[in-house]
Amino acid sequence: MLKGGFIKNLPKIYGLYTGGFAVFIILMAIAEGFGLSAKNIGILFVAFTVCIYALIGYLSRTVQVDAYYVAGRQVPTVFNGMATAADWMSGASFVALAGGVYFGGYTYMAFLVGWTGGYVLVASLLAPYLRKFGCYTVPDFIGTRYGGNLVRACSVFVLFIASFTYVTAQINATGTIASRALGIDFELAVWVGLISILICSMLGGMRAVTWTQVAQYIVLIVAYLLPVFWISNQGGFGVFPHLMLGDEVARIGELEQTYGLVKNSAADIKAAGVPGGLKQLSVAHSAVPDGGMAVWKYLSLAICMMVGTASLPHILMRYFTTPSVKAARKSVAWSLFFIFLLYSSAPMLATLSKLSLLDSNLASGIIGKSIVDVQALEWVQRWSEVKQVFIADFNKDGILQLNEFFMRGDIVVLATPEIAGLPFVISGLVFAGGMAAAMSTADGLVLAISNALSHDIYYKIIDPKADTAKRLIVARVLLVIIGAAGAYIASFRLTSILGSVAWAFDFAMSGLFFPLVLGVWWKRATREGAIAGIMAGILSGLIYLLYVYPKFSMYIWGVVHEPWLGIDHLRFGMIGAPICLVVMVVVSLMTKEPDKATQEMIDETRIPTGKTVIGR
Amino acid sequence: MANNRQTYWGKTRNHMIVTLVIWFFFSLVIFMFGTELNTMSFLGYPLAYYMTAQGSLLAFVVLLFWTANKQEKIDGEHGFSEREEN
Repeated sequence: MLKGGFIKNLPKIYGLYTGGFAVFIILMAIAEGFGLSAKNIGILFVAFTVCIYALIGYLSRTVQVDAYYVAGRQVPTVFNGMATAADWMSGASFVALAGGVYFGGYTYMAFLVGWTGGYVLVASLLAPYLRKFGCYTVPDFIGTRYGGNLVRACSVFVLFIASFTYVTAQINATGTIASRALGIDFELAVWVGLISILICSMLGGMRAVTWTQVAQYIVLIVAYLLPVFWISNQGGFGVFPHLMLGDEVARIGELEQTYGLVKNSAADIKAAGVPGGLKQLSVAHSAVPDGGMAVWKYLSLAICMMVGTASLPHILMRYFTTPSVKAARKSVAWSLFFIFLLYSSAPMLATLSKLSLLDSNLASGIIGKSIVDVQALEWVQRWSEVKQVFIADFNKDGILQLNEFFMRGDIVVLATPEIAGLPFVISGLVFAGGMAAAMSTADGLVLAISNALSHDIYYKIIDPKADTAKRLIVARVLLVIIGAAGAYIASFRLTSILGSVAWAFDFAMSGLFFPLVLGVWWKRATREGAIAGIMAGILSGLIYLLYVYPKFSMYIWGVVHEPWLGIDHLRFGMIGAPICLVVMVVVSLMTKEPDKATQEMIDETRIPTGKTVIGR
Repeated sequence: MANNRQTYWGKTRNHMIVTLVIWFFFSLVIFMFGTELNTMSFLGYPLAYYMTAQGSLLAFVVLLFWTANKQEKIDGEHGFSEREEN
C-alpha cells in the first residue's frame, strides 16, 4: 500500500467504506423483505463486518517497530479521534450503558459525566506532553522520566492489573454478542471473538488496530444512532430526539407517579424465581435523589471515572500516534466529540425505550395490560426463552404492574428496535455495532498489555540487545498469550460486565494518575517517590476492594463490610489515588532532587517543538 | 531563551488551570446542587437531568476545542509553533 498516498486518501477510503456499509444494510433490508430469517440476518451482519476488519488488519501488516508500536506516528487528527472513540467505547458502553440509565436514573448518569469529563484531564495534563516525550508505551514514559527498571516494572504491574480486568470484560462482551448473533454456545463464542480480535491486531500492531478501529467506529455509531432517530421519528416523539424529548421525560415522571415505584423484597423475588441479573424499575427517571449522601455518591463516582479515564494506558497510547503535539491536543477534542455522539444518545434511547414500555396509550406499552396478552408478544417470548425477560404476577390480578416486569439492562439496546416494531435488519445492525464496540476496545487493551510487556519488560529490562525481528516476534507471541488468557477467564463469567469495567478505572487511577501527572508537572518528583506512590496506591486500592466487595470479604473475613463513607467497590480509587499522591509527595521530598539531566528532559517535554525526548 | 521558556510555561500552566476550573464547574460543582437545578428547566428537560445527560458533555467538547486553539496561540506567541506536517 502506498504510504503517503494512503494517508492522503483516507477520507476517500473511509467514505467508500461507509457507502459500502450503507449498501449492505439496504441489501439486508431487501433480503428481509424477501423472507431472509432474523437469525441469518444477524449472522450475515456480524460475519460481514468482522471479515472487513480482518481484511484491514491483514492489509496493515508491518515489520517495522515504529509502525507496530505507534502506527508510524502519522495518524491524522480526526481519524485518531475516531479510533480513540472506538477504543474507548467498549461493549459495556454500547450494550449496557442505556440499560444502566434506564434502571439507575440520575445517579447512574454520573458515568456519562465521568467518562467524558476525563478527557479534559487527558488533554490539559497529559496527552500533548506524552506525545512530545516520544514514548512507545505508558510505562516507557514513567521508566524514562523517573529512571530505572524498578519504577518501569511497577508501572507495568499497574497497567497489567487495570487493563487485564478490563480486557476479560471485553472478551466476555464479544462472546455474549457473538453467541446471540451467531446462535452458538457462549464458551465457543468467546474463542470466536478472540480470534476476530487477534486477526485485527497481530499482523500490524498499532497500525492495524488504528485502521480497524476507525472502521469499527463508523459501524458502531451508525448502529447506535440509526435506531434512536428511527424510533423517535416513527413514534412521533420528535425529529431530533436529543433536543425534543422534554415532554416524554415529563410523561415518564407522571407515569411513575401513577404506577408507583415499588421495590420488591428479596424474598418475593426469590419466591417468584426471577433469573439472576434481571431487574425491575424502581428508580425515578429524571428526579435527583435527596440528601448529602446521594450527592456524594454521584460526585465520587464521577471523580473515579474521570481520573481513571486519564490514567488508562490504552487510551493515552492512542495520542502517541499523531504527527505532532498540536495534533495530539486537537485529537483529544475530536475523540470527545465522537464519544459525545454516542453518550448523549444513551439517555435518549433509555427515555424512548422506557416510554414505549410504560405508556399504555402506545401500541408498544405493556404495563397496565393483561399478563396473558403481554406474554403472547413475540419479543417477550423470544427474550423470555433466553432468560432476559421475566414476568411475575405478585398481586395475582392478571394485570402487569410496573414492579412485576423484570428484564436485563442490555435489553434496552438489543431489543428496543424489536419492541418499537422496527424491521429486524436494525437489530442485526445493532449486533454488528455491539461486536465492533467490544472488539475495538479489546484490541486496544490486548495491544496495550502486550506492548508494555514486550517493550518495557522484554526489550528494556531483559534483552536490550534484541533486534527488530525478535522484538516483534516476542510482541506477537505475548499478544496471543494475553488474549488467550483473557478469553479463558472470560469463559468462566467471573463478574458482570460493568462491575469489572469500573474496577479497571479505579486500579488505573490508584497507581498511575499521579505518577504520570507529577512526572510532567512537578520536577521535584523523584524515582523513589514514584515507586513508593505507585505501590502504595495500587495496594491500598486493592486491599480496600477486597474489604468492601461482598464476595471477596465474605471469602476472606467471613463478613460483609459496610462501605466507609459510601465508598463502595465501584469507587475504591477514592482510597488508592489520594494515598498514592501523599506517599509520592512525602517520599519525593525526603529523597534527593532529580539530577540535572532529568530536569532538562522535563523542560524539553514541556515545549511542543523540537525532537522527541526519547531518541530512536 | 531560557526566559522565554519560563514565561511560556507560566502561561501554559495558567491556561491549564483555567481549563480545569471550567471543567470542575461543569463536572462537579453543578451536581452539588442537583435538587435545586432540577426545579428549573431547559428545552423542556429538568435542568440537572439535562446537564448530566447532555449539557456537561457538550460543555466538555466545546471546552476542549477552545483550549486546544488557545494553546496553539500561546505556542505561536513564543515561537513554539510546530510546522504543518502532512
